Amino acid sequence: MTGRLLEARNVSVEFVTRSGHVARALDGVNLQVGAGEVVALVGESGSGKTTVARTMLGLERPVAGEVAFDGEPLGYSGRRLRELRRRVQMVLQDPAGALNPRQTVYESVAEGMRLHGLAAKDPAGRTETEMVAAAMASAGLRPPERLFLRYPHELSGGQRQRVLIAGALALGPELLIADEPVSSLDASIRGEILALLLKLRDELGLGVLVVTHDLGLAWNIADRIAVMYLGRVVEAGPTEEVLQAPQHPYTQALLSVVPEIEELRPVVLTGEIPDPTRIPGGCRFHPRCPAVADGSAAADGVERSCRTQPLEVLPADPQGHHTACHLAALRSSTGPRTGSIV
Amino acid sequence: MSDLLRMRDVSLTYRSEGGDVPAVRNVDLDLDRGEIVGIAGESGCGKSTLASTILRLQPPTARVTGEVLFEGQDVLTMSWGHLRALRWAGASMVFQGALHSLNPVQRVGDQIAEPIHLHDPETSDKQAHLRVGELLEQVGLPAARARAYPHQLSGGQKQRIMIAMALACRPRLIVADEPTTALDVMVQAQVLHVLSGLVHELGVGMLMISHDLSVLADLCDRIVVMYGGRVVEQGPSKLVFGEALHPYAEALSAAFPRVGDPAARYAPSGLPGDPPDPAALPPGCSFAPRCPRVIDDCTRAVPELRSFGGDRQASCIRVGQP
Repeated sequence: MTGRLLEARNVSVEFVTRSGHVARALDGVNLQVGAGEVVALVGESGSGKTTVARTMLGLERPVAGEVAFDGEPLGYSGRRLRELRRRVQMVLQDPAGALNPRQTVYESVAEGMRLHGLAAKDPAGRTETEMVAAAMASAGLRPPERLFLRYPHELSGGQRQRVLIAGALALGPELLIADEPVSSLDASIRGEILALLLKLRDELGLGVLVVTHDLGLAWNIADRIAVMYLGRVVEAGPTEEVLQAPQHPYTQALLSVVPEIEELRPVVLTGEIPDPTRIPGGCRFHPRCPAVADGSAAADGVERSCRTQPLEVLPADPQGHHTACHLAALRSSTGPRTGSIV
Repeated sequence: MSDLLRMRDVSLTYRSEGGDVPAVRNVDLDLDRGEIVGIAGESGCGKSTLASTILRLQPPTARVTGEVLFEGQDVLTMSWGHLRALRWAGASMVFQGALHSLNPVQRVGDQIAEPIHLHDPETSDKQAHLRVGELLEQVGLPAARARAYPHQLSGGQKQRIMIAMALACRPRLIVADEPTTALDVMVQAQVLHVLSGLVHELGVGMLMISHDLSVLADLCDRIVVMYGGRVVEQGPSKLVFGEALHPYAEALSAAFPRVGDPAARYAPSGLPGDPPDPAALPPGCSFAPRCPRVIDDCTRAVPELRSFGGDRQASCIRVGQP
């Protein structure tokens, strides 16, 4: 089945800062990750992409909207969350920091299984050792027995990341959420870990949500992309369409600064994402938008809307390509698409 | 010799209880004013170690041989006083991880002013203050940010502070070690923009170290690729990134896919295996155990760096072979 697995429905998350201001970290996010599907969530630091991942795991509670798994809204009792987290596993970004330095590889991989009491109720009747070995083999750690008693400092960066993935796989999850899975790894290992994620999708039918700022990674493995800016998804669609014919000026700018794309004149946005306690009115991107700054929004007569009229929240549509931008909406309704690259 | 930096046959060996560990082996490297040269390679390939010799920052257990000529003078043998004058004012470094290199309880303006006062004790506070403002504007920050503490700045702003500090004493050479690794795409683009602008505006030379070949290809005039402590390829950056000769340089370049390239779609490219342990280097070519094109001859002798025209060099016996 290609049914929906994990979905965020119009989710908003707020944090109260020390000074008492309310920061709206997520402001109406729709997102779906289906079985056997790789979805990349991209954006700058502060765009809210990690908050989406945490909310989908039940680590943050939405103030509005809901997260649903297999059609059922998440329950936030300890028991319900524990069940969710067996089926949805997280792979963290810093393998050196995420592994306990005083625990052997075996202990690290087995820890989650023990917490969930899985060895006692394995349908195939395997022992804990067999299950650990199987998870490690799936994560590409071969032969597993030879690595059981190693400590993290004895492993290479790529092996550590594989141990983390093995720990997640040991629970037999249906979905992985990987937060910057390769950003701290060397170039040569990067491709190996990404290939592993693709293999897990193909062989085990896992759904994968990858949180990253690396568009090359998305091009390497993702079926779909959602681009986030200041707590909203601003453009979403199939990877080929979003990366080869981006509609939102923010996506276009992100793509233009990927070093190896020489065809594009780099659009280096000034400044950084604004503070989510003060989300700009109108289109939230307008203060940094190159189309507003260079007058092309004004020339097309949408600048006033950009400054004053908020955009609709994008739907979680697994097929379509959607953009939250007044200018893109106007151009797609009136003429040929501009700003696309090949 | 007009060269700003000329390294000749530089080797660095760590002495340890288990024996000598060669971290850098027989490296030659030239850098002129107004030029940006990139050093690429995986962790442990010796790139940061090589850079440390430029300011004689290597640990005391290391033995360095060869020549590191800065404006014609050998850094490795110069007097301590001379070396001290060279650091900051002749050549300065931007380290990786700006987030941890700044003093959290001192205003950033005072930290930028510190090398200025150290190198010219005559400088008045007012002069230093003006210079700090000027430096901040050079790196694209308002002069008023001098009063901020590090925790009040974002990662990109802190990295700009580190660059301003490196520029404080008007050096002729800047060594930037992974200056953008911890930064976001857009902030990385901003910082790289500032760095390349400074090189062209001030006519300084820059040596930039990164494991990201695509960043180097974008910014540098030339790229030097290191593996197992040696230079395995060097040449104009577009060629090294686009049409690498050495199989290792080729693998590094393929690790960063071009968005839109159909060959990279659903095909992330990695390089199996780990870089060699410098304490136990394989015989012959260090890359042979991981090389997709390896033949028996590869393990017989260490391949020499050969020229392939147009300022290109590679050390692989298979280059030019069918």
